[in-house]
Amino acid sequence: MGLGKIWVYGEAEDGTVATITLEMLAKAREIADTVEVVYGGGDADAIAAELGEHGASAVHATGDLGGKLSGVAVASAIAASVAAGTGPDAVLLGTTYEGRDVAGRLSVKVDAPVITNVVDLDLDGDRLVGTEPVFGGTTNVRTVFTSDKTAIFLIRPKSFTAEPAGGGAATVSTLEVPDMGAAGAATIIDRFVEESDGPKLDEAAVVVSGGRGLGEAEKYEMIETLSKLLNGAAGASRAIVDAGWVPYSYQVGQTGKVVKPAVYIAAGISGATQHLVGMKGSNNIIAINKDPEAPIFGVADLGVIGDVHKVLPKLIEAIKAR
Amino acid sequence: MNVVVCVKQIPDPADPGELDPESKTLKRDVKLILDESDSYGVEMALQLVDSAGGGDVTLVSMAPNNEVSGLRTALAMGAAGAVLVSDEALAGSDSLSTAKVLAKAIGRTEADLIITATESSDGYTGTVPAQIAELLGLPSVTFAKEINISGSTVAVKRQTETGYLEVECPMPCVVSVTAGVVEPRYPSFKGIMAAKSKPVDEVTCADLGIETDAVGWSGARQEIIGIDRAEEREAGEIIEDEGEAHERIISFLEELKVL
Repeated sequence: MGLGKIWVYGEAEDGTVATITLEMLAKAREIADTVEVVYGGGDADAIAAELGEHGASAVHATGDLGGKLSGVAVASAIAASVAAGTGPDAVLLGTTYEGRDVAGRLSVKVDAPVITNVVDLDLDGDRLVGTEPVFGGTTNVRTVFTSDKTAIFLIRPKSFTAEPAGGGAATVSTLEVPDMGAAGAATIIDRFVEESDGPKLDEAAVVVSGGRGLGEAEKYEMIETLSKLLNGAAGASRAIVDAGWVPYSYQVGQTGKVVKPAVYIAAGISGATQHLVGMKGSNNIIAINKDPEAPIFGVADLGVIGDVHKVLPKLIEAIKAR
Repeated sequence: MNVVVCVKQIPDPADPGELDPESKTLKRDVKLILDESDSYGVEMALQLVDSAGGGDVTLVSMAPNNEVSGLRTALAMGAAGAVLVSDEALAGSDSLSTAKVLAKAIGRTEADLIITATESSDGYTGTVPAQIAELLGLPSVTFAKEINISGSTVAVKRQTETGYLEVECPMPCVVSVTAGVVEPRYPSFKGIMAAKSKPVDEVTCADLGIETDAVGWSGARQEIIGIDRAEEREAGEIIEDEGEAHERIISFLEELKVL
């Protein structure tokens, strides 16, 4: 059946494979005969077992990049394989910081477009069809490539379920990075980890997000307090990220993170389509907003028409008192 | 130092629009505005040129018609001029075609630094910055939350999943900036008046040496084969807060075993 070879762009941190990579592997092994991982880094041996268990038969790794950004390096390496006739039929990449860089660079190198924001993939005969939500997730479009170039798909996190398939460790081989010229001139000087004590936004079982309805940046503290009390993560609407109250990494929505927690609490968020597409896959949604017409109430399991400045402090006190 | 900022004019996101069932493109019969995501790049560019002690900020944009209302907003903020690639043949362009057109237009300027947003608010593919850099053979640093320039090098704090990277890159290069990193200025009355007479260099695909069948619909190598309504989520219980709503939230959290 189906497609010959898929390469999944692998991401890992400290020897642990990123969830998005495992999610893509789960899908890739449904639709292709051969599933392999392409990886930019020198520690492929440390992740080969986990990748193999999730269905990858091989890892093509660049080796240590010596401070070069992985986007341009990995794209150059994949393009060289395509040119040599040893490349894949399709490349799946996560919609992540690195994934988008690799996809953009690769698309120019192989002169093929990218299908982006993909939430589902299936085979129609021997061609891959990507499904992408548009208009805040009210409509899905199904898209195919019309050329026979390498098919590049950017996959949204949380679209598929990561599941081990029980395979043995993937074989590790070296994927040569050709000379990148001026395009490879950026160099990483240092790496900083910003400590956060709670679970990650896109992995937390509970997410509490704040929006413009909080009124001012200082009030975001209530969101952080509540999320800590519930062992959750704090998120934000685009409006308050744009306003500079919290960093971009907090943003939930179409242009931010997709979250699917067991419980999502939206406080002072009206529910613009931009936001809804990032959170309406949550199992349960609680919304607090003073505007009864706010679109967020259309997706909420429990909607509270009220002032966040009154409801949140009482909620926090009541939980603390338990 | 001269900075080019790529900007997009989009339909007002408050009015999300719809797909034309015939052409399968966004219906664009509404007035276009400057994509708010781009206002951060414009502000960043103005600040960088200011602290470099001289130079210009030039906008580069494309549109299937000669729309300039969004460009005027950025010109009113302080950009010196704009290159607008305006050609009916551009309608339906995918992100790679878009990047090809923008890269050609950037080639007409003498840019030390090219700034973009991380993604547009309407198309949000997020691939154009890296594509432009690759087409121009330049290095790129995406998802910048801070940019500092010293000599001919940019130092960028680049957002990551767990923190940020400190990246150094020689100019010319492409940097994409995340929203919210600077506070875009409001155009002053003087700025708005001055913007009306600032130069907008309108060029066509032919002017840039781009074959019209390589862009737009004819150049798109992907095709929409289906448009379906997504499953809708049902609204649940709605209550009005009369001072006790937090108790209902707590009991709901208890039902869900979060508390």
